Amino acid sequence: MTTSTKAAKIERLAELTAQNETSSGASLWREAFRRLKTSKMAIIGGVVIAAFIVMAVVGPWVAPHSPKALTWKDEVFLNRGEFVGPRGENWFGLDHLGRDMFSRFLVGARQTLLVGVVSMLIGLIIGAVIGVVSGAAATLGGAAGRRVDTVVMRITDIMLALPSLLLAASIAAVMGQSLTTVMIAVGVVQIPIFARLLRGSMLAQGSKDYVLAAKSLGIRKRRIVVTQILPNSLSPVIVQATLSLATAIIEAAALSYLGLGNPDPSVPEWGVMLSQAQRFFDNAPMMAVYPAVGIIITALGFTLLGEAMREALDPKLRG
Amino acid sequence: MSLLELNDVKVHFPIKRGVFFDRTVGHVYAVDGISLKVEAGETYGLVGESGCGKTTLGRAVLRLVDITSGEVVLDGTDLASLPDKEMRSMRRRLQMVFQDPLGSLNPRQNIESILSEGMAAHGIGANQEERREKIRAILAKVGLPSNALSRYPHEFSGGQRQRIGIARALVLEPDVIICDEPVSALDVSIQAQVVNLLDELQEELGLTYVVIAHDLAVVRHISDVIGVMYLGSLVEEAPSDSLYAEPKHPYTKALMSAVPIPDPVVEEARERILLTGDLPSPANPPSGCRFHTRCPWAQPKCKEERPQLREVGDGHRVACHFVEDIESGVLQIGTDRAAVVPAARTEDAGIEAAAAKAAEAAEAAEDKAVEEKSASVEATDSEAAETDSTESAKDSTAQGA
Ligand SMILES: Nc1ncnc2c1ncn2[C@@H]1O[C@H](COP(=O)(O)OP(=O)(O)OP(=O)(O)O)[C@@H](O)[C@H]1O
Ligand code: SF4
Ligand SMILES: [Mg+2]
Repeated sequence: MTTSTKAAKIERLAELTAQNETSSGASLWREAFRRLKTSKMAIIGGVVIAAFIVMAVVGPWVAPHSPKALTWKDEVFLNRGEFVGPRGENWFGLDHLGRDMFSRFLVGARQTLLVGVVSMLIGLIIGAVIGVVSGAAATLGGAAGRRVDTVVMRITDIMLALPSLLLAASIAAVMGQSLTTVMIAVGVVQIPIFARLLRGSMLAQGSKDYVLAAKSLGIRKRRIVVTQILPNSLSPVIVQATLSLATAIIEAAALSYLGLGNPDPSVPEWGVMLSQAQRFFDNAPMMAVYPAVGIIITALGFTLLGEAMREALDPKLRG
Repeated sequence: MSLLELNDVKVHFPIKRGVFFDRTVGHVYAVDGISLKVEAGETYGLVGESGCGKTTLGRAVLRLVDITSGEVVLDGTDLASLPDKEMRSMRRRLQMVFQDPLGSLNPRQNIESILSEGMAAHGIGANQEERREKIRAILAKVGLPSNALSRYPHEFSGGQRQRIGIARALVLEPDVIICDEPVSALDVSIQAQVVNLLDELQEELGLTYVVIAHDLAVVRHISDVIGVMYLGSLVEEAPSDSLYAEPKHPYTKALMSAVPIPDPVVEEARERILLTGDLPSPANPPSGCRFHTRCPWAQPKCKEERPQLREVGDGHRVACHFVEDIESGVLQIGTDRAAVVPAARTEDAGIEAAAAKAAEAAEAAEDKAVEEKSASVEATDSEAAETDSTESAKDSTAQGA
C-alpha cells in the first residue's frame, strides 16, 4: 500500500468521524447563519455596514477638523462662487461656509446611523407588539380574538394607505422641527409594516400541525405563542428590520432634505448636508455627491445583507 | 361502558364573508352527527374519502376544533362541555399522531424539548433530568437512538419523524391515541414498519387507538372495528373481518369493489360498483341520505328521509333504508322499489298479473329515467352552487391567513 493511498484513507476516516461528532443537532438558526457566512451578498453587505458603523462610532474622534467651526471661512468668502476642492488638508474640500467636508461627513455618519436605527426600532418594537397581539388573538383567541384582530388590522390598513412621506411630513409639522421628529416620523411609518408582517407570519404558523400538537399536549396558550409560534415567525421580521434600516436612512435624509430635521444646520447629518448642497449644485456638485453616495452605499449594504438573510432563513433552501 | 364514546357529534365550520366584520353566510358540515363507541384496548378504524371529515372528527375528539354540538365522553367525562382548565389536564389521556410528520414537529425545537414540553405541562418528572431518563426509555421503545435528543426534526427521515410524533404522544402515558393517517405521508416500504410499531406498542402498553385512513388496506389489519364515513356521517360500522367479508352499505360495497383482488378468478367474477358523480360539497350536503346522489340503489325515499345508523345483524350498524332489500336481492341496481316489492309479495299471482306488473315496472322505469334526467339537471345546478360555496370557503380561509 502506497503512502499516498494510506494518507487518503486516514483523511477519509477523519472526515467520517468528524461528521459523527457534528451530528449533535444543528438548530435552524445555526444552519441559517452557516449559509449566511458563505453568501457573497451577505459578506459585501456586512463589510459595508461594518465600515459604516465603525465610521459612526469613531468618526467624531478621528475627524481631522471640527465639523462645525468655520475654519476656512475667509478663504471661501474670498472666492465666492468658487469652491475649494479636495486638497491635502481637506480631503473632501470645503463647503460653502468654509468647513471641512471630510470631517462633516465622518461626524454625520453617526447622526445618520442613529436616525436609521432609532426609527427602525420605533417601527419594529411598536409594530411587533401590535403584530403579536393581533396574531396571538387571531390564532388562539377564538371568535373574540378574531374580532380584535380584524379591528387592529383595519387600523394598520389605514396607516398603510397613507403615503409614508406625507404621514411623516404631517407628524413633523405637528411636532415641530427636530431630529426626534424625524426619527418618530420615519419610525411611525414602519409600524404597520412590521405589525402586518409579524401577524401574517404568526397566522401562517398558527395553522400548522405543530401548533395543534402543542395544544393537544395541554400547553398553555401563552406558552404556545412564545415557544412555538413566535420563534417560527421571526425570520421575515428580522429580514424586514435590516431592509428597513435602508429605507429609514433614505427617508430620514429626505425629511432632513425637506427641512424637517434638526433646525441647527451646523450639526452635520448626511440628509442635511445633501439639502445644503442643493443650492450650490451648479458650482460644487461634489458637495452633494459625498453625502449622497454615503447614503446610497449604506442603504445598499443593509439591503444586500437583508436579502442575503432572507435567502439564508428560507427553510425551503435548507441543505 | 366504553372508554371513548361519541354521541351525535357535530362540527360545522361557519363560512365567513364580509369587509369589516365577518358575516356567516353558511356552514361546512364537516362532521354532521356521529355516534360511536371505542372499547378499551381496541383499535377503531375510521375510513372514508378525502374531505369526508375524518380529520375534523379526530380533532373534535381532542377539542382542537370547536364542537358545534354533541358529546365526547372519555371514561365517563364529557369533554365537549369541560371547562378549558380541566380539559387541559384531561389532554394527557388523549393524544394524537399527525398525518404530516414534519409539519407536526416544531422545526426550531430539538427532540428533547419537543418531548419534554408536554411532560412539563402535566408535571411528569420532577426535573429535566428525570424527564430525560423517561424520554430515553421511550425513544428506545419507538426505535430511535438516544443521541436523537439534541437533534432537530429536519435531521431525521420521514419514518423517524413519525416515530418522534408517536413518542411525543407516548410520554404522556395516554389511554387513547388518535392516529390521523399515520402512514399516508411515508414511503410504502416504511409504512409497514410504523404500522407494526403501533401494533406492538398497543400490545405492550394496552393502548386504545382510533386510526384514521383513506384506504381500507391500512386499517384492515390493525382494526377491531371499522367505521366508514361519508360526507360527515357514519354510513356503516362493523367488526373488521365482518366488514370485509360482507359489506352491507352501498357505499362500503362500492369502496370494497374498487379494491382489486389478487386472485384472478375471483377478480373476474367480482362485482364492480362504479360510483358516478363527484363527492358533494360538505357545505351543501344532499338532502335525506347523503349518499343518494351517487347510490346505484337510490329510491325516492332516500332523497327525503335521512337514514339512521341501525343494527342489522352480524354486528353491523348501517345507515341505509334499504339494506335488507339490497341484501336479499329484491332491490337491484337501477330498479324502483315501489315496482318490485309488490311483485315479490304476490308470487302466486297469474301470468297475466305478472305481465301487467312487468308493464307497470317498465313504465315506472321510464318514469324514473325522466326523473333522473331532471335530477341530473338539479345536480348540475347544485354543483354550481357548490363551487360557489367552496370558493367562499376558500375566501374565508384566505382571509384568515
Ligand atoms: N377549519 C376549517 N374551516 C372550514 N372548513 C374546514 C376546516 N377544516 C376542514 N374543513 C372542511 O371540512 C371538510 C372535512 O375536512 P377534513 O380535513 O376533516 O377531511 P378528511 O376526511 O380528513 O380529508 P383528508 O383525507 O383530505 O384528510 C372539508 O371539506 C374541509 O374543507
Ligand atoms: S338510503 Fe338509499 S341512497 Fe342511501 S345508501 Fe341506502 S339505498 Fe342508497
Ligand atoms: Mg385528513
